[in-house]
Amino acid sequence: MTALKGPTAKSERRAGLLFISPAALLISLFLVAPFFAAFYFSFTNQRLVSPNPTEVVGNEQYDRLLSFAWVTLDPVVDDAGELVLDNDGNPTYPLRELTRDPDSNFDGLQEWFSIGRGDDKRTSFLVGDVVFVKSVVNTLYFAAVIVPLQSLFGLILALLVNQKIRGVNIFRTIYFMPVVTSMVVISLLWRFIYDADNGLLNSMLGWFTLGRFEGHDWLGSTSTAMPAVMAMSIWAAVGFHMIIWLAGLQSIDSVLYEAASIDGAGKWAQFRNVTWPGLRNTAVFILITITIAAFGLFTQVDVMTSGGPLDSTSTIVLYAVRQGFNQQNIAYGSAISLFFFFMVLAVAMIQRYLTREKV
Amino acid sequence: MTTLTHGDSVRRKAATEMRLLSISKYLLLVLFALFFLFPMVLMIVSSFKPDDQLLRDTSSLKAFIPYGDLTLDNYRGVFDRVPAGRFIMNSLVISFLTVGLGLVVNSMAGFALSRVRFPGQKVILAIIIATLILPLEAIAIPLLMVVTKLPWLSFDGGIHFEQGWLNSYQVQILPFVANSFTIFLFAQQFKSLPKSLDEAALMDGASWFGIYRRIAVPLSGPTFATAAILTFLPIWNAYLWPLMVVQQEDKRPVMLGVQYFFQLNVAWGEVMAYLTLITLPILVIFLALQRAFIESIASSGVKG
Repeated sequence: MTALKGPTAKSERRAGLLFISPAALLISLFLVAPFFAAFYFSFTNQRLVSPNPTEVVGNEQYDRLLSFAWVTLDPVVDDAGELVLDNDGNPTYPLRELTRDPDSNFDGLQEWFSIGRGDDKRTSFLVGDVVFVKSVVNTLYFAAVIVPLQSLFGLILALLVNQKIRGVNIFRTIYFMPVVTSMVVISLLWRFIYDADNGLLNSMLGWFTLGRFEGHDWLGSTSTAMPAVMAMSIWAAVGFHMIIWLAGLQSIDSVLYEAASIDGAGKWAQFRNVTWPGLRNTAVFILITITIAAFGLFTQVDVMTSGGPLDSTSTIVLYAVRQGFNQQNIAYGSAISLFFFFMVLAVAMIQRYLTREKV
Repeated sequence: MTTLTHGDSVRRKAATEMRLLSISKYLLLVLFALFFLFPMVLMIVSSFKPDDQLLRDTSSLKAFIPYGDLTLDNYRGVFDRVPAGRFIMNSLVISFLTVGLGLVVNSMAGFALSRVRFPGQKVILAIIIATLILPLEAIAIPLLMVVTKLPWLSFDGGIHFEQGWLNSYQVQILPFVANSFTIFLFAQQFKSLPKSLDEAALMDGASWFGIYRRIAVPLSGPTFATAAILTFLPIWNAYLWPLMVVQQEDKRPVMLGVQYFFQLNVAWGEVMAYLTLITLPILVIFLALQRAFIESIASSGVKG
């Protein structure tokens, strides 16, 4: 054996390197390199196509991305000490003068929102890029609604199709169908369903309310566009999480249920004391995958609303694409992409922590 | 006698209750089924209706009923308006090449990581694990920059290198061939095969490639099927990446074709026909292999 070891080990090393090299090369080129390039680009003024050479500009992109400030202002008064009112009869504030003044600390910032403080004073919250901040808020809003609802509906469906009744497999297959269907196709179908003039949803609501419901432009109004996207997204992906829940349910030892029912536990007590504890790791996995998928929201809003109306459905990834691709601003797009990456990383870390091996 | 009749009626009552319960269970299941099916039914039924009837029908449940002047005009319209055949061809080429190359590259990598010892193995494994959480959305923008700089061998007017991969097949294929998750899938599978097979084969003078080719691969059919399904779906359904890297018509995949239907007036009949055209093949394959599909996707935790 020892005689064989030398040449064998050498051929083994060579074989290993040969076998791994195509994948290693492709992953380095298309995953690792772009990832590190993103860090570099985000400190430059890199553009997709530009006649000028790229320059390193330091923190410029991150300044725009992350700047945050607030300022409390007194209303503008004229020489006589009277309030200067705008066309609607409201007091005006010297905010523009402040954010356009190169010498002020607030130069270049944009108003995010303002709140009145009494005495006609007003506090304005200023950020470097208001569309980006709105996109972050929208993305978090989307995730905050999607994560609990989708996991709950997935669990309900899983409990439903986990019963031993005839034909249950057909229902599983049907519930799963949207998962294999393209999000582009699904988004277009729902755009048709949500349509203001001929949409199915409006006519159904009209029918149920005996014509009292007048119809609503679901995707065209700032308050309902995001909820409409949410409802559709849950519909599209819940079948996937149903299957994951189902796998979790089926991994629970049936002996536990038998023991529980011998002890006289009812259905609900069985669920609380046997099923739910047995699903802990499944639950963590599901919450994490839905969160990460929700952070990446792009196709639905690109196809259905293009981020509108008034940026009410703009998301982080959509904004990264708008900046990096449409505006050809690779540097800023890269900075936004990294922001997105660190959000995903944070969630992945939480998962690591929650599913760590208990000592 | 009386006790017996009493027992009978209790039993009968219990049976009725059971039947009611199972009817209500089925009712619930069917209700949900309708909820998940109705957009697809709407799509397919509408694709055969003229536009004016299609829009009129949405005011009632007629939207789901194929009736009236059913025609193939919408499908003819689709092929008049866009090079749909070309798009489908492109998507087929891209999907098959990505799946084919992916199966070879990822299974070889999985084999190397699970059954062979070589220097740098630990580092490579760590890098692959780290890339598992890197979503495409996080690197799409810098990757866009990278692919505009890459060279490609061109045979137009003599052999030379061209810079930039935009508007090509390779830009839609090569970034998605190697996949950390698929590598793990293969590594796990190959690890489960007994190590003694390798030793015996080596004693018989087999090469490592021979072991991979004649032992590991033939014993791992289901893993190859799972990997194929997991690669095929997101590639066929790809949208974000082609949106950025393909502007020319002749390299467009199917999902980008939808943009052609939103110029000025939306012709919903044609939209539905096009959507049916690009979705039905997937649904048919899914229904034929539904068990394999569901198990594969359940094992992955990623949706394309």
